[in-house]
Amino acid sequence: MAFIDLKRKEIRAKLVYYGPGRGGKTTNVLHIHKTMAKEVCGKMVTIDTRGDRTLFFDFLPLTIGKIMNLTIRIQIYTVPGQVLYNDTRKLVLRGVDGIVFVADSLRVQQDPNVESLRNLLENLRDDRLTVEEVPLVLQYNKRDLAESKIPILSLEEMEHDLNRELGVPSFKASALRGEGVYETLREISKRMIRAVTTKLRSHQV
Amino acid sequence: MDLILTQETINKLEDIMQKELLEHGVDHAFIVDSAGNLITEGGKFPPEDIMPLAALLSANFAATERIAKLIGEKDFTLLFHKGSRFNIHFGRINQDFILVTLFNTEVSLGLVRLGSIKAIEQMLPVLQS
Repeated sequence: MAFIDLKRKEIRAKLVYYGPGRGGKTTNVLHIHKTMAKEVCGKMVTIDTRGDRTLFFDFLPLTIGKIMNLTIRIQIYTVPGQVLYNDTRKLVLRGVDGIVFVADSLRVQQDPNVESLRNLLENLRDDRLTVEEVPLVLQYNKRDLAESKIPILSLEEMEHDLNRELGVPSFKASALRGEGVYETLREISKRMIRAVTTKLRSHQV
Repeated sequence: MDLILTQETINKLEDIMQKELLEHGVDHAFIVDSAGNLITEGGKFPPEDIMPLAALLSANFAATERIAKLIGEKDFTLLFHKGSRFNIHFGRINQDFILVTLFNTEVSLGLVRLGSIKAIEQMLPVLQS
C-alpha cells in the first residue's frame, strides 16, 4: 500500500527482498546502505541472531528522486528466509508495493529456491494479492561462485525453475561484490513507481 | 488500497496529537500504519530517527497481536514498553493505524493512556473520511 503525503509532498512505498535463507537478501541491502550517498539513504536497522541470520527483518529507507513534484521514498525490508519464520514473512509482506526475489545459485539450493518462491506466491494470495498486481523481479545471486569449484545452477536452469511461468525481469548478481545489486534495484524501483503513478493519475491528484 | 492524505487531513491529525499528547509533556507522538509507513508525527525526535522506529514498532505491534492470537486472546489491550528514561505506549486507532507515544519518566502512564484514548476518538472520523 503506497502512501502519499500531500502535505510533505512525498510518496512512500514498500519494497521487500524475499528468498530462501542465506541467499543474500541482507547482503543486497547492506551493499546499498554502504554505497549510497548518506543524503538519500537513512538509518539501516537489522534484527539478526548471533549467526548473522535475519530474525525479524532488515529495514532501510531510501530517497530515489521526484515524480509529479512528489519525493519518492522507498522503504526496503528483507524477510527471514528460513522456512520456520513464515509468520514473520507474512507480517513483513503487509502492504508491499514491490518484491525482489533473491534466488541462491548454489546447486544444493535448487529446491529451497522453488519452495521459497511458492511460499511467496501463497503468502501473497493470503493477502489477496497476485504477482500481476505487485511488481516482482528475480535476482540470481552468488554468480561469483562460478569461479570456484562449488557446484552452481546455470542461468537457464534457474530461469526454468523460477521464471518460466512468471516471465518477469531477472538479473544475475553477486551481492557480496556489489554486482547486479543496483541493476535489480533500478528495475524494481522503475516498476513500483510506474504502478504507483498509474494509481496516482487515476486518483487525479 | 493506496492511501492519499491531503494537507488538511494531516493538519487535523497533527492538531489532535498536539492538543491531547504533546501539550501534556510527551516527547513524541506518531501514527504508523500496519505496513510500517509513518503517516504523521510530531515532537522532539528528528524524522530520520522516527522512520526506522515506526517500522520496528509497527512490526512489534503486529507480532504482539499474533502472540495474542496464539494463546487464544483477540488482542492485548495495553502494549507499553518501560525504559529507564523513555517509555513507549501503543494505541490501536483501527485495523490499519496505530498511535504511538514516546514519553519520559516525568509523565505518568495514566495521563498518556487518557490522552491516547481522547486522541484516538478524534482521529477515527478523520482517518475514516
